[in-house]
Amino acid sequence: MNKTFIILKHEFWKTLRSTSFILLTLSLPLLAILGVGIYQGVHHWYHPAAPQEEQIGYVDQTGVFGSYTSQPGVLFVLYPDEEQAKDALLAKDIKEYFVIPADYLSNGVVTRYTLSREVVPSTKTTGQITDFLLSNLLAGEVSPQVIERVKAPLLLDSVRLDETGEIAPGQDVASTYIVPIIFATLFIISIMFSSGFLFQSVTEEKENRVIEILLSSVSSGQLMVGKVLGLGAAGLIQVAVWFITFVIFSRVAPGIIPALGALSVPASLIGWGLVYFILGYLLLASLYAGVGSIGATAKEGQGWSTIIALPAISPIWFNYFLINSPEGAVSRVLTFFPLTSPVAAMMRLALHAISAWEIALSLIILAGSIALTMWFAAKVFRAFLLMYGKRPALREIIRYVREA
Amino acid sequence: MAELVDIVSRVGKANEAMNVVEVSRVSKSFKGVKVVDSVSFSIGQGEIFGMVGPNGAGKTTTIRMLMDIIKPDSGEIKILGEPINEAIKNRIGYLPEERGLYRKLTVSESLSYLAALKNMRRRLARERAEELLKRVNMLPHKDKKTDELSHGMGQLIQFVATILHDPELVVFDEPFAALDPVNTQLLKELILELRSQGKSVILSTHMMNQVEELCDRILMINKGQAVLYGSLSEIKSRYRNNSVFLECDRLPEGLPGVVGNKNHMKYMELFLDGRTSPQEVLSALISKGVTVGRFEVSTPSLNEIFIQVVKEGR
Repeated sequence: MNKTFIILKHEFWKTLRSTSFILLTLSLPLLAILGVGIYQGVHHWYHPAAPQEEQIGYVDQTGVFGSYTSQPGVLFVLYPDEEQAKDALLAKDIKEYFVIPADYLSNGVVTRYTLSREVVPSTKTTGQITDFLLSNLLAGEVSPQVIERVKAPLLLDSVRLDETGEIAPGQDVASTYIVPIIFATLFIISIMFSSGFLFQSVTEEKENRVIEILLSSVSSGQLMVGKVLGLGAAGLIQVAVWFITFVIFSRVAPGIIPALGALSVPASLIGWGLVYFILGYLLLASLYAGVGSIGATAKEGQGWSTIIALPAISPIWFNYFLINSPEGAVSRVLTFFPLTSPVAAMMRLALHAISAWEIALSLIILAGSIALTMWFAAKVFRAFLLMYGKRPALREIIRYVREA
Repeated sequence: MAELVDIVSRVGKANEAMNVVEVSRVSKSFKGVKVVDSVSFSIGQGEIFGMVGPNGAGKTTTIRMLMDIIKPDSGEIKILGEPINEAIKNRIGYLPEERGLYRKLTVSESLSYLAALKNMRRRLARERAEELLKRVNMLPHKDKKTDELSHGMGQLIQFVATILHDPELVVFDEPFAALDPVNTQLLKELILELRSQGKSVILSTHMMNQVEELCDRILMINKGQAVLYGSLSEIKSRYRNNSVFLECDRLPEGLPGVVGNKNHMKYMELFLDGRTSPQEVLSALISKGVTVGRFEVSTPSLNEIFIQVVKEGR
């Protein structure tokens, strides 16, 4: 059997059986079940009282505002004078009252009286009063239908067309915001953990001194490739479990939790997800393999690994740009820079806001960077695997790599 | 078919005659310092070859170059008749000085992984592992994680891992470090057993008494250079300082060829002139009617030679 494959198999099974891997992989399905369970529990036990219709009093000194006293969620009660309205307010018969003075039509001033402490009246209340006034002002002038339209002239329904003129899917809130963010988060966690496991595996063999025994059986290249592929395969298993969870969740959950709307994960997203996962993982993994081989212990390499991890996570911080202007300059840069491109491209794919040439270019850049880092990491790997001394300075690393 | 068998057996015989290790003028520098400087040696089949030298002499670097872990700057290395390659690696066992085991894996798991990396079949590896573990009294621990084993026990497991795949060449770098006398003896027996099976063994150590006890030939390296190379008895006779040890009832005057003596309390040391053989001195003693309790040609211990050579090198 090919030795690279033996290492691959060993690393794969070792990871699959490790407690931290199992916990992490099962955490998402468990969280999903827990989430649905909690929602149902809360839904079952907590019945919010049906909103009662509020009553707002008013005193009309113009004599114009007599009809349309019933507006959505509120009933307007007419009082003959301010004294009676005030008594009703103090007796809590009404929530508040307002006075429409005789000169209202010339200046629009209405005085509102309330018991509650507030800086600005709530938009709900002002909306209700506005609707009431509008309806009465227009009554008799135009048809009731026009009155309704004046109150709400714009109910916007946006539809995006793709290049062929077909209606492109996914303009609802759920798939616009939730899907890309969930996607990016899972993606990052999985890539980071897989390459973290790789880092651990390299430093472990250095720390426990198995490395020299291994190197008498296999070459450093075989060792690195076997490890990268073995742990990558374990990472793919994890991603597969999460994907299946997500797909099941998106089918089942909206039926139980209506607020989630239609969460949809199109097949193309899964396909591209796979491609970007593999490439993103290979890039980080080869960097981690190189960095892991430099330090004598896991602790020493930790600082370096954080430096590599930061740019990989950064698209999450820039999610505002990616979601609100997925075709803007920031989004483009993030799509092409190799460390950020897997996550950025996935977010834009989830938004259906990436063109074919951008995908192609980002893939080419990624593949090129992977080839470069693999080559470099293999050299570093070979040069530093047997060094247990203090961590070398950057200048030394470059020199050793040149010698190797 | 018979022809093929004949060819195979003839090739096998040719292999027997060939040196197992052939190193010629190998050099390696680190940071401009020559760690190994034009070292040459060869090792035949079925011999235990000692590699000795002070700390930092270049022993481990030489061994790592043999194992293809680091590449020499110049020179040529042939193992089992070929420049080292993957197939050759499967026929070598290596117990490095810097060694360890997977802490979280059990003894059997570690052994089966390391054997698989030597292209050994799973079942065969398991059977042989049981056999060898039994041999070093570690069979009851085979399902323990190496975390739970003592340092010495771990070392026995590493020894088993080194010879598990039945290698033709075995390299031990300081195999006796941290072992108690009982296990040291056990390991020595196993090493001698390897020789009797026709395996070649390289033994790198500071422990001169072990080398004296086990090795047929040695290479002494100092400051990266080979300073002594040859069979142990030949080297020892080369470093003989022309004296004999004598225990007797009285020392007669005027022994021919004796230029001086030194009293070591329990025995005398007689210094010879270099032209007279110890044999002639003994017959002179007997002819003078001296009762001889002990008569021994003095040969320095390897330890003394080692110290002498290292001092000369300074």
